[in-house]
Amino acid sequence: MSMFISFLAAAITAGTPILFGTLGEIITEKVGHLNLGVEGMMAIGACAGFMVGYSTDSFFLALIAAFAAGMLAALLYGLLTITLMANQNVTGLTLTIFGVGFANFCGFYARKAYGVESLKLPENITSQMRNINIPGLSDIPVIGQLFFSYNPFVYLGIITAILLSIYLNKTKTGLNIRAIGENPASADAAGIKVTKWKYINVGLGGGICGIGGAFTIMIINKGVWISDCVGGLGWIAVALVIFASWSPTKAIFGSFVFGALRQLKYYVPSSIGIPGALYDMLPYVITTIVLVAASVRSSKKNSQPASCGINYFREER
Amino acid sequence: METAKTPVNAIECKGITKRFGTVVANDHIDLSVKQGEILALLGENGSGKTTLMNMLSGIYHPDEGAIFINGEEVRIESPNDAQSLGIGMIHQHFKLVEVFTAAQNIVLGTKEKLEKPKVMQQKIATICNKFGLEVDSNKKIYDMSVSEKQTVEILKVLYRGAKILILDEPTAVLTPQETEKLFSILRKMKEQGNSIIIITHKLNEVLDISDRVTILRKGKSIETVNTKDCDVSSLTELMVGRAVSLEIDRPENKEKQAILKCVDLTIDSLDGTKGIEDVNFEIRTGEILGIAGVAGSGQKELCEGIAGLLPVKKGAILYKKENIVGKKPLEIINLGISMSFVPEDRLGMGLVASMGMTDNVLLKSYNKGRGPFINRKPAKKLAQELVKKLDIVTPSIETPVRLMSGGNVQKVLLGREIESSPNVLITAYPVRGLDINSSYTIYNLLNEQKMKNVAVIYVGEDLDVLLELCDNIMVMCHGKVTGIVNAKKTTKEQLGMLMTGQEIKEVAKDE
Repeated sequence: MSMFISFLAAAITAGTPILFGTLGEIITEKVGHLNLGVEGMMAIGACAGFMVGYSTDSFFLALIAAFAAGMLAALLYGLLTITLMANQNVTGLTLTIFGVGFANFCGFYARKAYGVESLKLPENITSQMRNINIPGLSDIPVIGQLFFSYNPFVYLGIITAILLSIYLNKTKTGLNIRAIGENPASADAAGIKVTKWKYINVGLGGGICGIGGAFTIMIINKGVWISDCVGGLGWIAVALVIFASWSPTKAIFGSFVFGALRQLKYYVPSSIGIPGALYDMLPYVITTIVLVAASVRSSKKNSQPASCGINYFREER
Repeated sequence: METAKTPVNAIECKGITKRFGTVVANDHIDLSVKQGEILALLGENGSGKTTLMNMLSGIYHPDEGAIFINGEEVRIESPNDAQSLGIGMIHQHFKLVEVFTAAQNIVLGTKEKLEKPKVMQQKIATICNKFGLEVDSNKKIYDMSVSEKQTVEILKVLYRGAKILILDEPTAVLTPQETEKLFSILRKMKEQGNSIIIITHKLNEVLDISDRVTILRKGKSIETVNTKDCDVSSLTELMVGRAVSLEIDRPENKEKQAILKCVDLTIDSLDGTKGIEDVNFEIRTGEILGIAGVAGSGQKELCEGIAGLLPVKKGAILYKKENIVGKKPLEIINLGISMSFVPEDRLGMGLVASMGMTDNVLLKSYNKGRGPFINRKPAKKLAQELVKKLDIVTPSIETPVRLMSGGNVQKVLLGREIESSPNVLITAYPVRGLDINSSYTIYNLLNEQKMKNVAVIYVGEDLDVLLELCDNIMVMCHGKVTGIVNAKKTTKEQLGMLMTGQEIKEVAKDE
């Protein structure tokens, strides 16, 4: 039993970076932009968060830096696709290649510049990233472990998801934004500032992805810099957007399922004899199945915003 | 407050010019609309009607000229500006968000705060009552019929307090009854002091609804006349620039032979919904069978089903008593069944936009050559013949067809199909978006085929044309055949009733 509880808790933690990536991509796609650069934005966020944390000793500043760097990367994507009308798929893929390469380069450069074998975040930050411990609450058996004993990112992710859900579904701005994603020409004719909201959402989405990147380096790698720290989580996030049918709250659940898949190998007894590589494969197998299922399903509800992937130019004839 | 007597014009445009690259879409156009007036804007395709209206609604900016609203010069920089000036445009292609409800679409982009659904419905209901509109504000747009969608569009601009309404081809997709209903709503708006500009190329409607008509030709405003001084032929003359005969021939071919028969044909459309259901009809050589119906009533599925592009779920298609269900498209073409479908965007089906005429002609014939290499010579010759025969205007036969104008593209498409000398020719919307002259060229082509003992299926939009051109008309509604009538003995109103699925008894079904 306790084994199962700790498996659940581990799944939730492991799902959190995917959750950030998914949320970022959802609000990007909601304004009609398919940004395949999630992996790259996460890498850039990870790098900026780590470097700022390393040099300032402040967890808060590190988070801000991760967000800002992710946002900058996304705005670059925005400039290319929203203003200059570049192809979204190509731009997104390029952003991934650029982001991962840039992060690796910075890490390598910093190691040389500081003259150290490996870069590690100072204790001041790592202590703040540890799982919280609320006296009393965290000590309750089962409930304490399941609800009150995670690192701050997990709570931040869930709060972000709920806020985004309210933003998209309950506010007037959200209505306008969904209209832009479905039919930018309609939104434009209705007097909504299409370009402005596209930039805001694309930028915000990139920032959220950046925080997901910071998670990978601070929690998964325990504050030690390694190259390729995001390791494909960004791609899973892109697929999870479809799994969550563009709903931030469903993304919470979805990311925990994928987190569980990634943790499974540590909790199934090795005596069963399933090779470890098979477990590593699982998230990708499920992703494939989800993509197939999503393309078979053809309901108008819960489907991709109709204009996703298509740039909008008002005077197009 | 505002009466028709007010001397100030609601809209006044002076010397409006708009260029797209080297093309001058609007060339120093003058236009004025009085308050409480319905002005019709008439012109052939490409005469610049929509461009002009897009400038009034803030989608485009004029390169030259001035716009006055209620006597004051204004700059309309964005749709927002147009809205605050009280201008509302109902676009030809509806600008609605499919997955939203009517109410959500109506309030979209407005400045006030998001109201509770109840309050919103109340507000919408008030406007509905005022002008005699009907709408279910909780219905999703994708569940709506075309005329319901149009009602939502109209409500959208009224909700924003528009006093000047611009309607771009509002009747193109409506049945005659729905058109009449729309017109009574427009008249009611006019009574309340609103100004209305209506773009259309249906002359009867211009005469029916408008007070004055402004005619555009090739981007220039030619003349503005009072509607009551006009008739159909004088308007046509102004529009085309010379007198045109408006009669469509209907030659009689005596040698009729059954050739294609559909029995209980049921086909699902691509997204899995019902396309057509239990369709039964027969067509003979030497006749034109018209297919009428509101857009999306199953015309596309029927055409694609016969051409072998969509799988048939149930029933049979008998071609010379042989069932062709399950045959590949190529086999069906080789049997002599040819289809040309002109979709809404006009280029989507049949031609490859970035290829020249020669290559597009080759698409249907390259299989016939022997060996792995393509022999372009016959195709080139054929393309040149088509250019001569059909008066196709193109810089060269290698120019990508997307650079040609819509009418010429459609001539290429139809010409290629005819050149394969089919026994059954299916054409869907061949005159979609064409001006009067090109349309008549196409009608003549179809009649020519009919006299050559080809069975022609003509899927059309304009009921007047269907009634004049076809021998028999099959009417479809929601994928079902609601009637097959003799075109000579049927009225437009009867067709309209069949299009909405109502039964009529007194129609002549026999020959």
